[in-house]
Amino acid sequence: MNKIWAIIKKDIITELRTKELFSSMLLFALLIIVVFNFAFGFSVEILNLAAPAMLWIAFTFAGVLGLSRSFALEKEGNAIIGMLLTPTDRSLIYAGKMISNTIFVFIVGILTVIMFILFFNYSFLTTLVPLLPIMLLGSIGFVSVGTLFSAMAINTKLREVLLPILLFPIIIPVIVSAVKLSGQVLDGNSVFAAGSSLKLLVSFDIIFVTACAVTFEYVIDES
Amino acid sequence: MNNSLEKQDFDIKAEDLKKSYGNFEALRGVDLSVKNGEFYTLFGPNGAGKTTLTKLLATLTDPTSGKLSVLGIDVKKDVQKIRSTIGVISHDPYLYETLTAFENIKFFGELYGIADINERAQSVIKQVGLESRSNDLVRTFSRGMKQRLTVARAIVHEPKILLLDEPYTGLDQHGAQIFGEMLSQLKKQNRTIIMTTHNIDEGLDLSDRVGILSKGKIVYDSPTSQTDPINFKDLYISKVENS
Repeated sequence: MNKIWAIIKKDIITELRTKELFSSMLLFALLIIVVFNFAFGFSVEILNLAAPAMLWIAFTFAGVLGLSRSFALEKEGNAIIGMLLTPTDRSLIYAGKMISNTIFVFIVGILTVIMFILFFNYSFLTTLVPLLPIMLLGSIGFVSVGTLFSAMAINTKLREVLLPILLFPIIIPVIVSAVKLSGQVLDGNSVFAAGSSLKLLVSFDIIFVTACAVTFEYVIDES
Repeated sequence: MNNSLEKQDFDIKAEDLKKSYGNFEALRGVDLSVKNGEFYTLFGPNGAGKTTLTKLLATLTDPTSGKLSVLGIDVKKDVQKIRSTIGVISHDPYLYETLTAFENIKFFGELYGIADINERAQSVIKQVGLESRSNDLVRTFSRGMKQRLTVARAIVHEPKILLLDEPYTGLDQHGAQIFGEMLSQLKKQNRTIIMTTHNIDEGLDLSDRVGILSKGKIVYDSPTSQTDPINFKDLYISKVENS
Protein backbone atom coordinates (compact mmCIF):
# COMPACT_ATOMS: atom_id res chain seq x y z
CA MET A 1 0.00 0.00 0.00
CA ASN A 2 2.91 2.36 0.78
CA LYS A 3 4.24 1.97 -2.75
CA ILE A 4 0.82 2.67 -4.30
CA TRP A 5 0.49 5.75 -2.11
CA ALA A 6 4.00 6.91 -3.09
CA ILE A 7 3.02 6.80 -6.77
CA ILE A 8 -0.29 8.61 -6.15
CA LYS A 9 1.46 11.27 -4.05
CA LYS A 10 4.11 11.77 -6.74
CA ASP A 11 1.43 12.19 -9.43
CA ILE A 12 -0.57 14.64 -7.32
CA ILE A 13 2.53 16.76 -6.55
CA THR A 14 3.46 16.76 -10.25
CA GLU A 15 -0.06 17.77 -11.28
CA LEU A 16 -0.35 20.50 -8.66
CA ARG A 17 2.95 21.89 -9.95
CA THR A 18 2.37 21.62 -13.71
CA LYS A 19 -1.47 21.64 -13.95
CA GLU A 20 -0.95 20.01 -17.34
CA LEU A 21 -3.67 17.38 -17.09
CA PHE A 22 -6.34 19.50 -15.41
CA SER A 23 -6.03 22.55 -17.60
CA SER A 24 -6.11 20.59 -20.87
CA MET A 25 -8.94 18.27 -19.83
CA LEU A 26 -11.10 20.99 -18.33
CA LEU A 27 -10.69 23.42 -21.19
CA PHE A 28 -11.47 20.73 -23.73
CA ALA A 29 -14.61 19.62 -21.82
CA LEU A 30 -15.75 23.25 -21.59
CA LEU A 31 -15.27 23.76 -25.33
CA ILE A 32 -17.30 20.66 -26.20
CA ILE A 33 -20.14 21.70 -23.88
CA VAL A 34 -20.17 25.22 -25.36
CA VAL A 35 -20.32 23.80 -28.90
CA PHE A 36 -23.16 21.43 -27.94
CA ASN A 37 -24.92 24.28 -26.16
CA PHE A 38 -24.93 26.34 -29.33
CA ALA A 39 -25.89 23.37 -31.49
CA PHE A 40 -28.76 21.91 -29.43
CA GLY A 41 -29.39 24.39 -26.63
CA PHE A 42 -32.57 25.85 -28.06
CA SER A 43 -34.30 22.59 -28.94
CA VAL A 44 -35.72 21.00 -25.80
CA GLU A 45 -36.70 17.76 -27.55
CA ILE A 46 -33.25 17.13 -29.01
CA LEU A 47 -31.64 18.23 -25.77
CA ASN A 48 -33.59 15.70 -23.70
CA LEU A 49 -32.62 12.97 -26.12
CA ALA A 50 -28.98 13.87 -26.58
CA ALA A 51 -28.00 15.36 -23.19
CA PRO A 52 -26.57 12.19 -21.58
CA ALA A 53 -24.53 11.41 -24.70
CA MET A 54 -23.26 15.00 -24.84
CA LEU A 55 -22.16 14.80 -21.23
CA TRP A 56 -20.21 11.60 -21.78
CA ILE A 57 -18.69 12.75 -25.06
CA ALA A 58 -17.35 15.84 -23.29
CA PHE A 59 -16.12 13.75 -20.36
CA THR A 60 -14.46 10.90 -22.26
CA PHE A 61 -12.86 13.03 -24.97
CA ALA A 62 -11.40 15.32 -22.33
CA GLY A 63 -10.33 12.29 -20.29
CA VAL A 64 -8.38 10.83 -23.21
CA LEU A 65 -6.27 14.00 -23.30
CA GLY A 66 -5.37 13.52 -19.66
CA LEU A 67 -4.62 9.82 -20.01
CA SER A 68 -2.28 10.31 -22.94
CA ARG A 69 -0.29 12.85 -20.90
CA SER A 70 -0.25 10.60 -17.85
CA PHE A 71 2.43 8.20 -19.13
CA ALA A 72 4.05 10.80 -21.37
CA LEU A 73 5.20 12.50 -18.16
CA GLU A 74 6.71 9.19 -17.03
CA LYS A 75 8.58 8.93 -20.32
CA GLU A 76 10.32 12.31 -19.90
CA GLY A 77 13.83 11.53 -18.69
CA ASN A 78 12.78 7.86 -18.79
CA ALA A 79 11.65 8.14 -15.17
CA ILE A 80 9.43 5.12 -15.78
CA ILE A 81 12.60 2.99 -16.08
CA GLY A 82 13.70 4.25 -12.67
CA MET A 83 10.38 3.02 -11.31
CA LEU A 84 10.70 -0.36 -13.08
CA LEU A 85 14.18 -0.87 -11.62
CA THR A 86 12.77 -0.89 -8.09
CA PRO A 87 11.49 -4.11 -6.50
CA THR A 88 7.90 -2.99 -7.05
CA ASP A 89 5.34 -5.41 -8.40
CA ARG A 90 4.06 -4.13 -11.75
CA SER A 91 0.44 -4.48 -10.59
CA LEU A 92 1.21 -1.99 -7.77
CA ILE A 93 2.58 0.48 -10.32
CA TYR A 94 -0.61 -0.01 -12.33
CA ALA A 95 -2.77 0.47 -9.22
CA GLY A 96 -0.94 3.68 -8.29
CA LYS A 97 -1.19 5.16 -11.77
CA MET A 98 -4.79 4.04 -12.16
CA ILE A 99 -5.92 5.54 -8.86
CA SER A 100 -4.20 8.87 -9.50
CA ASN A 101 -5.65 9.01 -13.03
CA THR A 102 -9.10 8.18 -11.65
CA ILE A 103 -8.80 11.01 -9.11
CA PHE A 104 -7.88 13.51 -11.85
CA VAL A 105 -10.50 12.30 -14.33
CA PHE A 106 -13.22 12.13 -11.65
CA ILE A 107 -12.53 15.70 -10.50
CA VAL A 108 -12.70 16.84 -14.13
CA GLY A 109 -15.92 14.78 -14.41
CA ILE A 110 -17.48 16.64 -11.45
CA LEU A 111 -16.54 19.99 -12.95
CA THR A 112 -17.85 18.86 -16.35
CA VAL A 113 -21.20 17.94 -14.77
CA ILE A 114 -21.36 21.34 -13.06
CA MET A 115 -20.64 23.13 -16.34
CA PHE A 116 -23.19 20.90 -18.07
CA ILE A 117 -25.88 21.72 -15.47
CA LEU A 118 -25.16 25.44 -15.79
CA PHE A 119 -25.18 25.51 -19.59
CA PHE A 120 -28.28 23.33 -20.03
CA ASN A 121 -30.31 24.63 -17.07
CA TYR A 122 -30.68 21.41 -15.11
CA SER A 123 -31.43 21.45 -11.38
CA PHE A 124 -28.31 21.18 -9.21
CA LEU A 125 -30.11 19.35 -6.41
CA THR A 126 -31.77 16.63 -8.44
CA THR A 127 -28.97 16.18 -10.99
CA LEU A 128 -25.54 16.69 -9.48
CA VAL A 129 -25.68 14.28 -6.55
CA PRO A 130 -27.13 11.27 -8.44
CA LEU A 131 -24.72 11.83 -11.34
CA LEU A 132 -21.64 11.68 -9.11
CA PRO A 133 -21.67 7.90 -8.45
CA ILE A 134 -22.28 7.29 -12.15
CA MET A 135 -19.33 9.55 -12.95
CA LEU A 136 -17.17 7.65 -10.47
CA LEU A 137 -18.11 4.23 -11.85
CA GLY A 138 -17.68 5.49 -15.41
CA SER A 139 -14.30 7.01 -14.52
CA ILE A 140 -13.06 3.73 -13.02
CA GLY A 141 -14.00 1.71 -16.11
CA PHE A 142 -12.67 4.34 -18.50
CA VAL A 143 -9.42 4.97 -16.63
CA SER A 144 -8.66 1.31 -15.91
CA VAL A 145 -8.41 0.50 -19.62
CA GLY A 146 -7.03 3.96 -20.46
CA THR A 147 -4.11 3.59 -18.04
CA LEU A 148 -3.15 0.25 -19.60
CA PHE A 149 -3.35 1.58 -23.17
CA SER A 150 -1.58 4.80 -22.22
CA ALA A 151 1.34 2.69 -20.94
CA MET A 152 1.19 0.63 -24.12
CA ALA A 153 1.28 3.73 -26.33
CA ILE A 154 4.21 5.55 -24.68
CA ASN A 155 6.81 3.90 -26.86
CA THR A 156 4.98 4.66 -30.09
CA LYS A 157 5.32 7.82 -32.12
CA LEU A 158 1.55 8.11 -32.67
CA ARG A 159 0.55 7.78 -29.01
CA GLU A 160 -1.99 10.63 -29.07
CA VAL A 161 -3.73 9.01 -32.06
CA LEU A 162 -3.28 5.42 -30.94
CA LEU A 163 -4.78 5.82 -27.49
CA PRO A 164 -8.35 6.83 -28.51
CA ILE A 165 -8.33 4.30 -31.39
CA LEU A 166 -7.49 1.48 -28.97
CA LEU A 167 -9.49 2.76 -26.03
CA PHE A 168 -12.94 3.68 -27.34
CA PRO A 169 -13.92 0.33 -28.90
CA ILE A 170 -13.04 -1.48 -25.68
CA ILE A 171 -14.90 0.85 -23.33
CA ILE A 172 -18.14 0.93 -25.35
CA PRO A 173 -20.00 -1.15 -22.70
CA VAL A 174 -18.92 1.32 -19.99
CA ILE A 175 -19.95 4.36 -22.03
CA VAL A 176 -23.29 2.87 -23.10
CA SER A 177 -24.17 1.89 -19.52
CA ALA A 178 -23.09 5.28 -18.16
CA VAL A 179 -25.09 7.14 -20.84
CA LYS A 180 -28.24 5.10 -20.04
CA LEU A 181 -27.86 5.70 -16.30
CA SER A 182 -27.20 9.42 -16.81
CA GLY A 183 -30.29 9.57 -19.07
CA GLN A 184 -32.44 8.26 -16.23
CA VAL A 185 -31.06 10.87 -13.85
CA LEU A 186 -31.48 13.73 -16.32
CA ASP A 187 -35.09 12.57 -16.92
CA GLY A 188 -35.68 12.89 -13.18
CA ASN A 189 -35.80 9.13 -12.48
CA SER A 190 -33.83 7.07 -10.01
CA VAL A 191 -30.56 5.45 -11.12
CA PHE A 192 -32.10 2.12 -10.19
CA ALA A 193 -34.68 2.53 -12.96
CA ALA A 194 -31.89 1.31 -15.25
CA GLY A 195 -30.73 -1.41 -12.86
CA SER A 196 -29.35 -3.66 -15.60
CA SER A 197 -27.10 -0.84 -16.85
CA LEU A 198 -25.87 -0.26 -13.32
CA LYS A 199 -25.03 -3.95 -12.92
CA LEU A 200 -23.31 -3.97 -16.30
CA LEU A 201 -21.25 -0.89 -15.41
CA VAL A 202 -20.13 -2.32 -12.06
CA SER A 203 -19.36 -5.69 -13.67
CA PHE A 204 -17.24 -4.13 -16.41
CA ASP A 205 -15.39 -2.03 -13.86
CA ILE A 206 -14.45 -5.15 -11.92
CA ILE A 207 -13.48 -7.08 -15.06
CA PHE A 208 -11.46 -4.23 -16.56
CA VAL A 209 -9.57 -3.37 -13.37
CA THR A 210 -8.67 -7.02 -12.74
CA ALA A 211 -7.74 -7.84 -16.34
CA CYS A 212 -5.69 -4.65 -16.79
CA ALA A 213 -3.79 -5.14 -13.50
CA VAL A 214 -2.83 -8.64 -14.61
CA THR A 215 -1.82 -7.68 -18.16
CA PHE A 216 0.01 -4.45 -17.21
CA GLU A 217 3.23 -6.37 -16.48
CA TYR A 218 3.40 -7.62 -20.08
CA VAL A 219 2.70 -4.16 -21.46
CA ILE A 220 5.21 -2.22 -19.38
CA ASP A 221 8.07 -4.72 -19.37
CA GLU A 222 10.12 -5.15 -22.48
CA SER A 223 9.70 -8.59 -24.04
CA MET B 1 29.87 -28.07 -2.43
CA ASN B 2 32.49 -26.71 -4.77
CA ASN B 3 29.79 -25.48 -7.10
CA SER B 4 27.98 -23.51 -4.41
CA LEU B 5 31.26 -21.96 -3.26
CA GLU B 6 32.09 -21.04 -6.83
CA LYS B 7 28.67 -19.40 -7.27
CA GLN B 8 29.09 -17.30 -4.13
CA ASP B 9 32.43 -15.98 -5.39
CA PHE B 10 30.73 -14.31 -8.28
CA ASP B 11 28.17 -11.56 -7.76
CA ILE B 12 27.13 -11.83 -11.39
CA LYS B 13 27.32 -14.94 -13.51
CA ALA B 14 25.98 -15.17 -17.04
CA GLU B 15 26.25 -18.30 -19.14
CA ASP B 16 25.57 -18.35 -22.88
CA LEU B 17 23.24 -15.38 -22.52
CA LYS B 18 21.30 -14.59 -25.68
CA LYS B 19 18.81 -11.88 -26.49
CA SER B 20 16.95 -11.46 -29.76
CA TYR B 21 14.55 -8.79 -30.96
CA GLY B 22 12.62 -10.50 -33.74
CA ASN B 23 15.25 -11.80 -36.16
CA PHE B 24 17.96 -9.51 -34.78
CA GLU B 25 20.33 -11.11 -32.28
CA ALA B 26 21.49 -8.35 -29.93
CA LEU B 27 23.45 -10.77 -27.72
CA ARG B 28 24.81 -14.00 -29.23
CA GLY B 29 25.92 -15.99 -26.18
CA VAL B 30 27.59 -13.89 -23.52
CA ASP B 31 29.59 -15.59 -20.76
CA LEU B 32 30.39 -13.22 -17.95
CA SER B 33 31.51 -13.68 -14.36
CA VAL B 34 32.07 -10.68 -12.13
CA LYS B 35 33.59 -11.20 -8.70
CA ASN B 36 32.50 -9.67 -5.44
CA GLY B 37 33.81 -6.08 -5.21
CA GLU B 38 35.22 -6.10 -8.73
CA PHE B 39 35.02 -3.09 -11.09
CA TYR B 40 34.48 -4.51 -14.55
CA THR B 41 34.40 -2.26 -17.60
CA LEU B 42 32.98 -3.53 -20.84
CA PHE B 43 33.99 -1.57 -23.91
CA GLY B 44 32.21 -1.85 -27.21
CA PRO B 45 31.19 0.14 -30.26
CA ASN B 46 27.65 1.45 -30.82
CA GLY B 47 25.26 -1.43 -31.42
CA ALA B 48 27.53 -4.02 -29.78
CA GLY B 49 24.80 -4.97 -27.29
CA LYS B 50 26.07 -3.06 -24.23
CA THR B 51 22.71 -1.51 -23.33
CA THR B 52 20.92 -4.82 -23.94
CA LEU B 53 23.34 -6.56 -21.57
CA THR B 54 22.81 -3.86 -18.93
CA LYS B 55 19.03 -4.23 -19.30
CA LEU B 56 19.33 -7.98 -18.82
CA LEU B 57 21.52 -7.58 -15.74
CA ALA B 58 19.10 -4.97 -14.36
CA THR B 59 16.19 -7.39 -14.96
CA LEU B 60 14.45 -4.88 -17.21
CA THR B 61 14.12 -7.53 -19.87
CA ASP B 62 14.28 -11.32 -20.00
CA PRO B 63 16.96 -13.25 -21.86
CA THR B 64 15.86 -15.24 -24.89
CA SER B 65 18.04 -18.10 -23.62
CA GLY B 66 20.95 -18.76 -21.29
CA LYS B 67 21.45 -18.52 -17.55
CA LEU B 68 21.86 -15.42 -15.42
CA SER B 69 22.30 -15.27 -11.68
CA VAL B 70 22.91 -12.26 -9.46
CA LEU B 71 24.34 -12.82 -5.97
CA GLY B 72 23.63 -16.51 -6.52
CA ILE B 73 19.95 -15.90 -7.25
CA ASP B 74 18.59 -17.06 -10.59
CA VAL B 75 16.84 -14.10 -12.28
CA LYS B 76 13.89 -16.31 -13.15
CA LYS B 77 13.35 -17.28 -9.51
CA ASP B 78 13.35 -14.09 -7.43
CA VAL B 79 13.51 -11.03 -9.61
CA GLN B 80 12.33 -8.60 -6.90
CA LYS B 81 15.11 -9.66 -4.54
CA ILE B 82 17.65 -9.10 -7.29
CA ARG B 83 16.21 -5.65 -8.04
CA SER B 84 16.68 -4.65 -4.41
CA THR B 85 20.43 -5.39 -4.71
CA ILE B 86 21.08 -3.48 -7.93
CA GLY B 87 21.47 0.23 -8.68
CA VAL B 88 21.57 1.52 -12.23
CA ILE B 89 23.20 4.69 -13.54
CA SER B 90 22.64 5.42 -17.19
CA HIS B 91 23.05 8.33 -19.58
CA ASP B 92 19.31 8.89 -19.00
CA PRO B 93 18.73 10.24 -15.49
CA TYR B 94 15.53 8.24 -14.76
CA LEU B 95 14.38 11.20 -12.66
CA TYR B 96 11.23 13.34 -12.61
CA GLU B 97 12.00 16.83 -13.86
CA THR B 98 8.93 18.28 -12.15
CA LEU B 99 9.94 17.04 -8.70
CA THR B 100 12.68 18.45 -6.49
CA ALA B 101 15.91 16.52 -5.86
CA PHE B 102 14.65 15.49 -2.42
CA GLU B 103 11.20 14.48 -3.69
CA ASN B 104 12.80 12.34 -6.40
CA ILE B 105 15.08 10.46 -4.02
CA LYS B 106 12.31 10.10 -1.46
CA PHE B 107 9.95 8.70 -4.09
CA PHE B 108 12.41 6.09 -5.35
CA GLY B 109 13.43 5.28 -1.77
CA GLU B 110 9.79 4.60 -0.92
CA LEU B 111 9.56 2.21 -3.85
CA TYR B 112 12.65 0.40 -2.49
CA GLY B 113 10.82 0.15 0.83
CA ILE B 114 13.44 2.06 2.84
CA ALA B 115 12.58 2.89 6.43
CA ASP B 116 13.47 6.46 7.56
CA ILE B 117 13.52 7.56 3.95
CA ASN B 118 13.63 11.28 4.80
CA GLU B 119 16.96 10.89 6.61
CA ARG B 120 18.35 8.52 4.01
CA ALA B 121 17.35 10.85 1.14
CA GLN B 122 19.04 13.82 2.83
CA SER B 123 22.12 11.69 3.47
CA VAL B 124 22.61 10.51 -0.14
CA ILE B 125 21.89 13.98 -1.52
CA LYS B 126 24.62 15.29 0.79
CA GLN B 127 26.90 12.46 -0.33
CA VAL B 128 26.65 13.62 -3.96
CA GLY B 129 27.17 17.25 -2.96
CA LEU B 130 23.72 18.55 -3.81
CA GLU B 131 22.41 19.43 -0.35
CA SER B 132 22.18 23.13 -1.21
CA ARG B 133 19.94 22.27 -4.20
CA SER B 134 17.88 19.64 -2.38
CA ASN B 135 14.63 21.59 -2.70
CA ASP B 136 15.12 22.75 -6.28
CA LEU B 137 13.28 21.21 -9.20
CA VAL B 138 15.40 18.77 -11.20
CA ARG B 139 14.54 20.61 -14.43
CA THR B 140 16.67 23.52 -13.19
CA PHE B 141 19.74 21.26 -12.83
CA SER B 142 22.69 21.10 -15.22
CA ARG B 143 23.54 17.77 -16.89
CA GLY B 144 26.36 17.18 -14.41
CA MET B 145 24.10 17.86 -11.42
CA LYS B 146 21.44 15.55 -12.81
CA GLN B 147 24.03 12.80 -13.15
CA ARG B 148 25.10 13.31 -9.53
CA LEU B 149 21.48 13.04 -8.47
CA THR B 150 21.23 9.90 -10.59
CA VAL B 151 24.01 8.45 -8.45
CA ALA B 152 21.98 9.36 -5.35
CA ARG B 153 18.94 7.60 -6.84
CA ALA B 154 21.00 4.53 -7.66
CA ILE B 155 22.57 4.17 -4.20
CA VAL B 156 19.62 5.23 -2.04
CA HIS B 157 18.89 1.56 -1.19
CA GLU B 158 22.60 0.77 -0.68
CA PRO B 159 22.86 -1.77 -3.49
CA LYS B 160 25.63 -4.34 -3.57
CA ILE B 161 25.88 -4.08 -7.35
CA LEU B 162 26.04 -1.00 -9.55
CA LEU B 163 25.41 -1.09 -13.29
CA LEU B 164 26.66 1.89 -15.27
CA ASP B 165 25.51 2.25 -18.86
CA GLU B 166 27.48 4.94 -20.72
CA PRO B 167 27.39 7.14 -17.60
CA TYR B 168 29.76 9.80 -18.98
CA THR B 169 27.58 10.64 -21.99
CA GLY B 170 26.82 14.36 -22.18
CA LEU B 171 29.09 15.35 -19.29
CA ASP B 172 31.59 18.15 -19.80
CA GLN B 173 35.20 17.75 -18.63
CA HIS B 174 34.52 19.12 -15.15
CA GLY B 175 31.35 17.06 -14.78
CA ALA B 176 33.18 13.93 -15.94
CA GLN B 177 35.95 14.56 -13.41
CA ILE B 178 33.48 14.93 -10.52
CA PHE B 179 31.62 11.83 -11.69
CA GLY B 180 34.89 9.87 -11.92
CA GLU B 181 35.74 10.85 -8.33
CA MET B 182 32.32 9.63 -7.23
CA LEU B 183 32.84 6.30 -8.95
CA SER B 184 36.16 5.87 -7.22
CA GLN B 185 34.41 6.53 -3.86
CA LEU B 186 31.75 3.95 -4.72
CA LYS B 187 34.46 1.45 -5.62
CA LYS B 188 36.05 1.92 -2.20
CA GLN B 189 32.73 0.93 -0.59
CA ASN B 190 33.29 -2.64 -1.86
CA ARG B 191 30.48 -2.53 -4.41
CA THR B 192 30.58 -4.72 -7.47
CA ILE B 193 30.48 -2.38 -10.45
CA ILE B 194 29.92 -3.13 -14.11
CA MET B 195 30.34 -0.24 -16.51
CA THR B 196 29.70 -0.25 -20.24
CA THR B 197 31.15 2.45 -22.44
CA HIS B 198 32.38 3.04 -25.98
CA ASN B 199 34.96 5.56 -24.73
CA ILE B 200 38.28 3.83 -24.04
CA ASP B 201 39.79 6.75 -22.14
CA GLU B 202 37.11 6.40 -19.46
CA GLY B 203 37.12 3.59 -16.99
CA LEU B 204 40.55 2.03 -17.57
CA ASP B 205 41.92 3.77 -14.47
CA LEU B 206 39.16 2.55 -12.19
CA SER B 207 38.69 -0.96 -13.57
CA ASP B 208 39.98 -4.19 -12.11
CA ARG B 209 39.08 -6.03 -15.28
CA VAL B 210 38.16 -5.01 -18.80
CA GLY B 211 36.25 -6.70 -21.59
CA ILE B 212 35.35 -5.93 -25.18
CA LEU B 213 31.86 -6.62 -26.44
CA SER B 214 31.42 -6.72 -30.18
CA LYS B 215 28.46 -7.88 -32.26
CA GLY B 216 26.76 -9.41 -29.23
CA LYS B 217 29.73 -11.44 -27.96
CA ILE B 218 32.54 -10.80 -25.49
CA VAL B 219 35.68 -11.04 -27.62
CA TYR B 220 38.24 -10.00 -25.00
CA ASP B 221 38.35 -10.33 -21.23
CA SER B 222 41.42 -9.64 -19.09
CA PRO B 223 42.49 -8.13 -15.75
CA THR B 224 43.50 -4.48 -16.10
CA SER B 225 46.87 -5.34 -14.57
CA GLN B 226 47.57 -7.53 -17.60
CA THR B 227 46.31 -4.97 -20.10
CA ASP B 228 48.65 -2.47 -21.66
CA PRO B 229 46.81 0.86 -21.45
CA ILE B 230 48.94 2.44 -24.16
CA ASN B 231 48.18 -0.22 -26.75
CA PHE B 232 44.64 -0.97 -25.61
CA LYS B 233 43.11 1.28 -28.29
CA ASP B 234 44.81 -0.72 -31.05
CA LEU B 235 43.82 -3.98 -29.40
CA TYR B 236 40.22 -2.76 -29.14
CA ILE B 237 40.06 -1.78 -32.81
CA SER B 238 41.55 -5.07 -33.97
CA LYS B 239 39.21 -7.13 -31.76
CA VAL B 240 36.15 -5.19 -32.99
CA GLU B 241 37.16 -5.38 -36.64
CA ASN B 242 37.95 -9.11 -36.49
CA SER B 243 34.83 -10.15 -34.60
